[in-house]
Amino acid sequence: MHELSIAVNIVEMIEDNAEKEKAHNVDKFEIDVGILSGVVIDALEFALEEAVKNSVCSKAVWKINKIEAKAKCRKCGHVYIVDDYFSPCPKCTGFGKEILQGKEIQLKSITVE
Amino acid sequence: MCESCGCGQPDENVTFRKPGEKEEHTHSHGGVTHSHIHGDHDHDHNHSESREIVIEQNILQKNDLLAERNRGYFEAKNIFAVNLVSSPGSGKTSLLEKTIRILKDKCTLNIIEGDQQTMLDANRIEKAGAPVIQINTGAGCHLDAGMINKAAKSLEIKDNSILLIENVGNLVCPAMFDLGESKRVVIVSVTEGEDKPIKYPDMFQSSDICVINKTDLLPYVDFDVEKFREYACQVNPDLKFFELSAKTEKGMEQWIRWLQEKD
Repeated sequence: MHELSIAVNIVEMIEDNAEKEKAHNVDKFEIDVGILSGVVIDALEFALEEAVKNSVCSKAVWKINKIEAKAKCRKCGHVYIVDDYFSPCPKCTGFGKEILQGKEIQLKSITVE
Repeated sequence: MCESCGCGQPDENVTFRKPGEKEEHTHSHGGVTHSHIHGDHDHDHNHSESREIVIEQNILQKNDLLAERNRGYFEAKNIFAVNLVSSPGSGKTSLLEKTIRILKDKCTLNIIEGDQQTMLDANRIEKAGAPVIQINTGAGCHLDAGMINKAAKSLEIKDNSILLIENVGNLVCPAMFDLGESKRVVIVSVTEGEDKPIKYPDMFQSSDICVINKTDLLPYVDFDVEKFREYACQVNPDLKFFELSAKTEKGMEQWIRWLQEKD
C-alpha cells in the first residue's frame, strides 16, 4: 500500500535532480529495490505508471533492479544469500544475522537530455 | 515525506488536534492558479546530448533525515520516545491507558495518537490523564517523521519525560518509516496467530521489544506462546518480550519498570 507514496518520492527526486542538471526531459531512470526493503516491485511498477504523469519523466522508460539480499552470520561470520529474515545460516544454523545488502530502495541513475 | 500513502492523498488531509480543539482548516490562496495540459505541443530537442547521471540516493532519505532530527531533539531533551506498532485491535490504546494510570504521578508522560480518522483514542487518553495530540492521517496507513516533528512541537514536551507514540494499526507499512524514536515496540495479542512474526517479518525485525498482550485469554485460545517466541527470535534474536494483560494488569510491572528505566 505504501508503494504509491514511494513512487511519488521517486518522481520528486528525479525532478529535483533534473532541475539541478537543467534538463527538460528525463529519458530513462533506474531504481534499485532490495528484496528485504518491504517494497513489492509489481505494486511499485503499477504506482509509477500514475506517479510519472505530468512530470519531467512522463515519457521516460524505467528499469527496476531487484537486489538480492546478503547476510553475515553473527555466530560464525559466514556471508550468505538470504530470501527472508528468518532463515538460518546454512553453515552453523544460527539465526542471528546482520543484513549487508538487500534493504535498500534507491534512485540509481537518470538519463537526461 | 510521504504524509500521504497508498491513495496519494494530499498532505493537507493530515490533521493534528488536541482533545477539545475544533478542527481547523487553513488554506492560503495567494497565487493565481492556472492549468495547462502537457504533451499538447512539441519542442525541438537534440537527442545527441542525452547523458546518464548517477544519483544513488535513498528514496526514503527525506523521512530518514527528519527522523534523525527528531532523534537529536529527543536526546537533547532526554525524552524517551517509544513507537508502538501493531495490527489493529491488539490493545495498544488499552495498554496506554493502564500505563498512564500507573505512571502519571511518577513521571511525565506525553502521547501522540495516530489513526486514520476520529478523536476517539485521544479522548480515551485524555480521560486517563496524559497530554495528548491526535494525528489523523486521512487515508494514510502509517505515521512518518514529519508528522511526529509537528506533533511533538505542538505538545511542548518537557525535558526528562516519556513520549509514547501510538502508530496507525498496521503491521506492514509503519515498519519502513523511522520516526526518530528511541525504541520500537511491537504489540501482539494472543487472539492473533503465533505465526505473525514470520508472516510480517519486517515489523518484528525492526522492533526492540515485543509485548504479548491479552494473556488473560490464553486459556480460551490456541495461541502457542513458545512457538510465537521461537518464530519471533528467528526473525530477530535480540527481541525482548513482555507477557501481560492490560485488562487484568498481570505482568504490567515489568513493562512499567522498563519504561521508567528508559532502557
